[in-house]
Amino acid sequence: MDNFDKSMSLVGEPPKALNTGQKLAVLTGMTGMGILILQLFNLNLGNSVLWLSVAIVAIVAGVIWFSQAAYAHLHKGIKNDGVWFKSMSSRGILAWMAGIALTGFYIVLYFYPQYLGLLKDGDNTGLIALFDPLSKALSGRPASQWFVYGTLYTVAILAFGAKFLWKYRHNKYEQLRTISVMFFQTAFAFFIPEIMARLNGDLPYYDLKNIWPLNYYNFERYRINGFIDSGSVGITMLFFGIISIFVISPFLTYKYGKRWYCSWVCGCGGLAETAGDSFRQLSDKSKFAWKVERWVVHSVVVFVTLMTTAVIYSYLGNDTSKYWLTKTMFISGVAVILTAVFAWTMIYKREELEKDAKYGAIGYFTIIAVLIGMHFFSGSGNIFIFKAETLRSTYSFLIGSIFSGVIGTGFYPILGNRVWCRFGCPMAAILGFQQRMFSKFRITTNGGQCISCGNCSTYCEMGIDVRAYAQKGANIVRSSCVGCGICSAVCPRGVLKLENGPEKGRINSKEVLLGNDVDLMDLVNNT
Amino acid sequence: MDHIVIIGNGISGVTLARHVRKLSDKKITIISAESDYFFSRTALMYVYMGHMKFKHTQPYENWFWEKNRIDLVNGFVEKVETNAKKLLLKGGSSIAYDKLVIATGSKPNKLGWPGQDLKGVQGLYSKQDLEMLEKNAPNNKACNRAVIVGGGLIGIEMAEMLRSRDIPVTFLVREKSFWNGVLPSGESELVNEHILEHHIDLQLNTNLKKIIADGNGRAKAVVTDKGETIECNVVGLTAGVIPNIDFLKDSGIELGKGVKVNRFLETNVKDVYAIGDCAEQHEGIGSRRPVEAVWYTGRMMGEALAQTICGNAREYSPGHWFNSAKFLDIEYQTYGWVFSERNKKDTEQHFHWQHPKEKICITVAFDKNSHRFLGINTFGIRMRHEIFDQWLTENKSIDHVMIYLKDANFDPEFYNLYEDEIVAKYNADFHKNISPKKKSWKRIFSIA
Repeated sequence: MDNFDKSMSLVGEPPKALNTGQKLAVLTGMTGMGILILQLFNLNLGNSVLWLSVAIVAIVAGVIWFSQAAYAHLHKGIKNDGVWFKSMSSRGILAWMAGIALTGFYIVLYFYPQYLGLLKDGDNTGLIALFDPLSKALSGRPASQWFVYGTLYTVAILAFGAKFLWKYRHNKYEQLRTISVMFFQTAFAFFIPEIMARLNGDLPYYDLKNIWPLNYYNFERYRINGFIDSGSVGITMLFFGIISIFVISPFLTYKYGKRWYCSWVCGCGGLAETAGDSFRQLSDKSKFAWKVERWVVHSVVVFVTLMTTAVIYSYLGNDTSKYWLTKTMFISGVAVILTAVFAWTMIYKREELEKDAKYGAIGYFTIIAVLIGMHFFSGSGNIFIFKAETLRSTYSFLIGSIFSGVIGTGFYPILGNRVWCRFGCPMAAILGFQQRMFSKFRITTNGGQCISCGNCSTYCEMGIDVRAYAQKGANIVRSSCVGCGICSAVCPRGVLKLENGPEKGRINSKEVLLGNDVDLMDLVNNT
Repeated sequence: MDHIVIIGNGISGVTLARHVRKLSDKKITIISAESDYFFSRTALMYVYMGHMKFKHTQPYENWFWEKNRIDLVNGFVEKVETNAKKLLLKGGSSIAYDKLVIATGSKPNKLGWPGQDLKGVQGLYSKQDLEMLEKNAPNNKACNRAVIVGGGLIGIEMAEMLRSRDIPVTFLVREKSFWNGVLPSGESELVNEHILEHHIDLQLNTNLKKIIADGNGRAKAVVTDKGETIECNVVGLTAGVIPNIDFLKDSGIELGKGVKVNRFLETNVKDVYAIGDCAEQHEGIGSRRPVEAVWYTGRMMGEALAQTICGNAREYSPGHWFNSAKFLDIEYQTYGWVFSERNKKDTEQHFHWQHPKEKICITVAFDKNSHRFLGINTFGIRMRHEIFDQWLTENKSIDHVMIYLKDANFDPEFYNLYEDEIVAKYNADFHKNISPKKKSWKRIFSIA
């Protein structure tokens, strides 16, 4: 079929050109981007407030105008015409250029912020200086590279969120969840932390919707001290951080699946669903990719658990004078929680685990148990062989920067928009584990209506082969499903519905589908 | 060890092969000249429209076949020798079988129009048809206009495909309203309007008389029975499909419109079976037609025949009728039987509700005397298959359907729901006083 695809692009030339409105919109948006890029060369444009406003307004207006030109004249409905013909959305030259540019941006952002204008001593210059007035207006402090990034990130979610709302104007589920991620990004990730910093200078920057292990740094010593030193506000925030992990998140995931977080609240999810929407079809659906996903993402969970345990352990004392928690109490607590989860899974849910999942769980549990055991018998400061600091900096570099940023977002146009969420995010893995084992959420397959067309699988950003379940009449209950709802939206036959129902019968593998001889269905499905 | 040879790698043949493999260790060979691997025919339109690549239409990865010991042969069967139990393939090779299953599907119906074999004239059924359309109508410069002949499901799909590339489309429909042999008039008219909204030149009550060639044997125009000549570069023939069985002519296998089979899907020749679009029942089952060219009936025949072939003889015995389709942006589902005015019996009565502004409507058919629920059509509303299947099995009344209609809704979460309006209209139409019950998970999932 590759020959055929070639003829499609060389001879066929289906309409993939932009219309006039879209071209003008691209020009507008690129002008805004151009202003920001010019700043990189440290040209002093003068009035920062004016130029930053012009740049951001141009970018937002460009994206919204583009959406208007793309969708306004069409009937409401699915808008996937030409997705695989357009260079940007089918790994063409534009996609590679965008991927390289984004990757480059992340490398500079994480490792060479001086090129963005961050100076160790003295005032910011270049791009970061352009954002100083906005930062000062919000928090009273000059901008950092993270403020620049946060602002652009929020602008991207809002502008492309508007595009997504237009594209899916026939689908209320898509609309509500997009408005939700736009709100959480703007309020919780952008405004509230900045304003809190203004009100209470000692308080660590805290995006309240970021939950450990996504914010793996939340329990580092400087932050814990910052929370404690900020009095009751700080203590409340620390407490909120802990109950988010142990109460709020499990409760919501039980009721609604992990979508409550991944596609309604999370900032990474927010960017993926809005700016990354054009790339969702690029995810790898092969069984091999699924296997890689399971091993990699669960390894990250183990890594972050060990790392956080080691970091907290390193600054706790042996008596209760400094923190009420001692080293021994803490490490025992971790051991008890992990053992409880492991035992519950192995006793009640072992039939739902694939063989390699069992091996993985047993292997990882043994490693953690041995490491914790070693602590009790060695008494050295180095829990888990490595220094806590080494673990922390390695995690922060490999997972926090390279995986979530450079690969996770930089490679959107090549690997799809949810690479980080699928292969890297430990938060998604933990929520996913609960979603698979202990939740009311499922995607219901509607009897025998599936025609195996494959729209659902193609547009699944998490690389789930949705069709493999739908064509068997089975519900889709997968840990990685973020509940974006696009499979249900693109289905031409109304086969899929995201819903929360009783746990019983949620996982329902079938061989013969509804519509056939009832005796045959009984015979085949019940033996 | 039995050697099961299946001609055709569509949904029927592949479903059969999968189920035979689950039930037995028999040697299985699938022969196809259309494609190396099974793909979903229903998705071909999305490849042309750029929603998917061809590989996305393949439901199983390529390693699947070897892993399940299903041999795939790319070849064209020219002759079946039932006495010698072997197949002769184009190119001279032959394959011996112990049991033969014919699952060769359909081909586009051509009604003998003058010019129907010109270049630029084609149907839309096979992978080759898709490749041909890509050559014939790559864009609106190479194809200034296409004329589609025949107002059925493939016709409207083809119109949607061509419109996705901004190619002007004229759609000739013999009937006085789109698909009105199947749809009741309210729904048929709703689709007419929607076709026009998509800037498709819908010409109802119009037949094709002939296709005119240019100097090179290519179609350049069509002439309609209204005397109009329409210039075009592509003519889509979509007047239904017929079984693809020409290669069986002198095989001794009994043929009618399709391959004649009994309820066990056996032909008149021992160890030869037929399933899917190409099979013709001696008599239609229930209200079904003897030849059913529907995706899921092919699948169900494959499921049933696998049992028979593996020694657990079973009739093909489909349950309640259902189907679905998408007309441009409007989804359509049907459960049970709702007949058009043209085909319905006197005892079948309809209740129809339509949204005042949107393209959303439902039609419920019931028995005039007993008020037994017969079937439902919905446009723009998704419904739960399990629930309607159960209501049909239990012979529920239309009142019951109205009371519990909220349980049956399958639209995505947060969608506007119309059950209250629907039931209000029902009450007004039939002087009833029904109040719909709240949706109950307990009822829904006790069925599913």
